[in-house]
This record gives sequence, C-alpha cells and structure tokens, in this order.
Amino acid sequence: MRILALIKRIMLQLLRDKRTMALLFFAPLIVLTLMYFFFNGDNENPRLGVVGGTELLTVALENASIDVVPYSEADSQTVVEDGLDGLLEVNDGGFQVTLENNDPGTSRALLMQVTQAAAMQGGAGVSASIEAEYIYGDAETEFFDVLGPILVGFFVFFFVFLISGIGLLKERVSGTLERLLATPIRRWEIVFAYLIGFGIFAIIQTIIVVFYSIRVLEMVMVGQVWHVIVINLMLALVALSLGILLSTFASSEFQMVQFIPIVVVPQIFFAGIIPLEGMADWLQNISRIMPLYYAADALKAIMYRGEGLADVSSNLLALATFAAVFIFLNIIALKRYRKL
Amino acid sequence: MDTSISINKLSKTYGKTAVLKEVDLQVAGGEIFGLIGPSGSGKTTLVKMIVGIDSPSGGMVEVLGKQVPNLSLLQDIGYMAQSDALYPELTGRENLRFFASLYKMNQAVLKERLAYAADLVQLTDELGKKVAAYSGGMKRRLSLAIALVHDPQILILDEPTVGIDPELRLSIWNELMLLKRQQGKTIIVTTHVMDEAEKCDRIAMVREGGILATGTPDELKAAYGAVDLEGVFLQAGRGAQ
Ligand SMILES: Nc1ncnc2c1ncn2[C@@H]1O[C@H](COP(=O)(O)OP(=O)(O)O)[C@@H](O)[C@H]1O
Ligand SMILES: [Mg+2]
Repeated sequence: MRILALIKRIMLQLLRDKRTMALLFFAPLIVLTLMYFFFNGDNENPRLGVVGGTELLTVALENASIDVVPYSEADSQTVVEDGLDGLLEVNDGGFQVTLENNDPGTSRALLMQVTQAAAMQGGAGVSASIEAEYIYGDAETEFFDVLGPILVGFFVFFFVFLISGIGLLKERVSGTLERLLATPIRRWEIVFAYLIGFGIFAIIQTIIVVFYSIRVLEMVMVGQVWHVIVINLMLALVALSLGILLSTFASSEFQMVQFIPIVVVPQIFFAGIIPLEGMADWLQNISRIMPLYYAADALKAIMYRGEGLADVSSNLLALATFAAVFIFLNIIALKRYRKL
Repeated sequence: MDTSISINKLSKTYGKTAVLKEVDLQVAGGEIFGLIGPSGSGKTTLVKMIVGIDSPSGGMVEVLGKQVPNLSLLQDIGYMAQSDALYPELTGRENLRFFASLYKMNQAVLKERLAYAADLVQLTDELGKKVAAYSGGMKRRLSLAIALVHDPQILILDEPTVGIDPELRLSIWNELMLLKRQQGKTIIVTTHVMDEAEKCDRIAMVREGGILATGTPDELKAAYGAVDLEGVFLQAGRGAQ
C-alpha cells in the first residue's frame, strides 16, 4: 500500500512536469534523427585472411597496410570465428572476397585496397573479376545502421539516468526525502517505488525510441523487436538505479549534470562507436565496467546480426548484476538519514 | 504522568564541531514542551534525533519506552520539519493524502482525518490549489496538517508558526492545547519567540548545543529573578559563560 502511494505520487509529479516529459519522449527522437543525417562511413585497420595467391600479392596487400593472415582453407565461418574483416580467396587466377562487414566503412576501404593490390599484381581488368560477398548487411549498409543500435541504447541510458537522478535529488534537496523517512516507510520501499515509478516511463520511452528507429529511421533490424526492448529495459533499470544512487553524491541539479561527462560520456567510447579492437588492453578492460558496453554488444548482435536473447545471455546477466548492485547500494545509502 | 520522551547524554558532531553536547532531557506524557533558543543553537538537530531521522554521535533517545530509531514508533509520531517538505507540483489535497496514506489507517478514518486536519489549519478551501501557488504561511499550515493527519500520540513541531499571521497563530495554539487536554497528546515545539514559550507547560532553554535550564515558565522566572522569559534567557546565558 505504502509503495503504491509512493509510485502514484512519483508518476503524478512526472506527468505534471511537461518539460521533463518532452525531454524523456521527444529529445531522443530528435537527436537520433539528427545522427541519422550526419553519419556515414568511417575507417579502421583491416585484417584479411588470404587463401592461395602469390608472395607478391601478400606483399602488395601488406603495403596497403592490410594485416594478412594466411590460410590453407577458409570460409565465411572462419571470418566470424577468427575475427577477420575479410577473406580473399585466389583460385584459377580469379579473386573471391568475403567481407565481414560488421563495420561498413572498413569493408568499403578493404574492398578498394584489395582491388588495387590485385590489379597491381595481376594487371588491369582484374577488378572486374573480383566478386564480393557480405556476411552481415550488404553493400548498401551505412555506418548509421551499425551505430544505430548503440545510439538507441545510449539515449535510453542517458535520459533515464538524468531524469531519475534529478527526481530523487529534488526530493533530497527539498527535504521531502527526510520527511518521508519520518513516516513508517521502509528504505527499500522508497528505492523500489522509484524504480517502478520511473521504470514505467522508461518502458514507454524505450518502446517509442525502438519503434521510431526501426520504422521511421529504417535502422537495420534483423532480430526480434521485443528482444531489443528487453535489452533496453535492462539497460534502463541500470540507468535508473545508477541515477538515483549518484544523486546521493550531488547536492544540486547542476552537480547531477556534472556526472554526465564522468559517468555517461565515457560509456559512448566503450560502447563500440569507436571499434574496441584497436584499443590498448587496459582500455578494453575498462569497457568491462561500462553497462553500455554490454547493452550495445547485445543490441548489435540482435539488431544487426539477427541473434536471439539466448546468444546475448551473458550481456543480460552483466546488466542484471549492475542493476542489482546499484539497487542494493541505494538502500544502504539511505541509511545516512535513518538507520532502519 | 509517565515519561514520554527520555534523552540520555545525547551528542552530535558534524566533522569537528559539536552541535549537541551530552544533552539530558525528560518529557512527560501529555505536556507541551518548548525548546527555546536562538537560531543555530541545535533545536532542529535535537528534534530530528528524537524522530530518528538523524543519528546521534553519542548517547540515546527513548520514545514511549522504545529506543529510537524504531519503525513502529514512527506511526505514533507526527513531525513537522522546519523547512516545508512539500511537493510543489501537487495540490494541497494530494500532498496531504499522500503523506496520510503512508500510515496505517482505513479509508473511512483517512477521509475523516483529511477533513479534520485541513479544517484545523483553515486550508479546506485551498486544498485544490497546487502547493507551488501557496504563500509561505499556507505551506506552513499544510505542513502542520500533514504532521497531525494520522492522529499521532506525539507531535514534534519545529518552528510551527513561522510566517503565520497572529490570529491563525492563536487558533493553532488553542488547538494544540485542546489536543493536549482532550487527547493527552505530548507536544514538543521549538521556537525562538518568547511569547510562545509562555504557553508551554515546561520549557528547556537551548544554547550552543547544551541545555541551560529546564522548568515551567514561572519556575524559571522565579529562579532567575526575571520578569519575563527574555530576562531568564539573558541571565541563564550569563551564568553559563
Ligand atoms: N548537516 C550539517 N552539517 C554541518 N553542520 C550542521 C548540519 N546541520 C546543522 N548544523 C549546524 O548545527 C548547528 C545547529 O543547527 P540547528 O540544529 O539547525 O539549530 P536551530 O534549529 O536551533 O537553529 C548550527 O550551527 C548548524 O550550522
Ligand atoms: Mg532549527
């Protein structure tokens, strides 16, 4: 009963706050749309598997700064398993290129460089005989399609984090949190009421953002929509619990905003917008403590590669662990006011 | 009357500053007890620790025989904070109903209590307005209504009449005395206004985190040979230095 009264109050307050409503529901759509128009291809350092071919070809490829990995036999499975960007098969003087195409920018550059290297080695006219095959997406795949799933996750994280954090902060600053604790309410009831009250808005936001991205922006969507929603909801739960936890360490809304460059912005870098492969080991390890890294990985797997929830269960587990830890810390943090 | 609130060597320090220094205090059941002292003397800190929303650095507080903090005890305490803790986006009625629904009360009683509390502070006609549109005095009155909406045995009111006009102030005091007389409620009031202190059954003079003197207004005046409480305060303050 108490928890219901609290949830009702939190939702009523949010509904009356038109600006926050707009920030929650429209701002992500506007920014996503802008991103859609801004982004296009990008470059990366390619790794190419090579089957057959001469010593001369290898040298030519390496001169084009491609890492050549020689194979006696390989297929598209090898590309996925060994983390190659592409595979070049030479037989009877013909060339067959298989591109992983997880990053269309890399794929495009790689195909161009292979064509050039092959032309240098085998004379003009070779380019016509090169056949390219894409494992994920197709030649039309744009950078935005890969970036999209990451952005969807990011906006859900960012807006839920900010609004829930400021919600509890307002309660702290205005003294109503202390006043609440002068009633027989339990600390966990406050934390769960916040999770549920804000969670309902987060669910609506997630659904709007996901459908807008897929239907209007025509983001690549190979997997199931509801899988995408499940992952975003887990991420929203992490954002919610982290937001209200960090509000403990802020004494004004401005201080809450100061957490954005510390807590939110670094997550973008580790979520895969910039390919992690090229980073130093210690940087890659840091990504393991970033909730967005797990969510983006899972979203990419489902939206772009068509995998299912079972394939991303470890990511879901990681997100659930973050949420559980943050929720627990929240209940502890309220001890500052009342020991019980 | 038996002891309602018992405070034992209660201390509180923030960093290095001692805000309360080994305070001892007994409040009997069914009395209006005033904590009188200048701003910054530690009254708010003291009442927060009686409610249990701030933890002592030393000593302890017992309310109705139970050691604070205690969740079931909070059902018996009505607290009015010094700064109005209200939700400005919500109406007066929504605020009052929200806080009331955090206590154990059935729907019929709740409805009755909402009407009673609003009427007591003369806010019945303003309950539909958003609190953001309330004046300072109206917010104060709503806070008081919230403090007594669940019919608690003990009322702890931190500067309840600040910003309230004299006429309403008088009617609130009359109501507090009625609550004491008819229902035997224990009421703790902090104030820095001396004429309000006169209305208390007993008062404690608080200064710099310690209690200078305790007693009925008349006892204190006699003991310090002063004509009013203002004089008592000055005398007691000199004695302490
Ligand atoms: N959270 C806090 N941190 C540091 N000092 C505090 C805190 N709360 C109160 N104080 C200090 O404790 C003293 C007593 O404050 P308070 O109990 O509010 O006095 P009063 O209610 O009598 O005006 C003041 O000097 C105040 O600055
Ligand atoms: Mg005070």
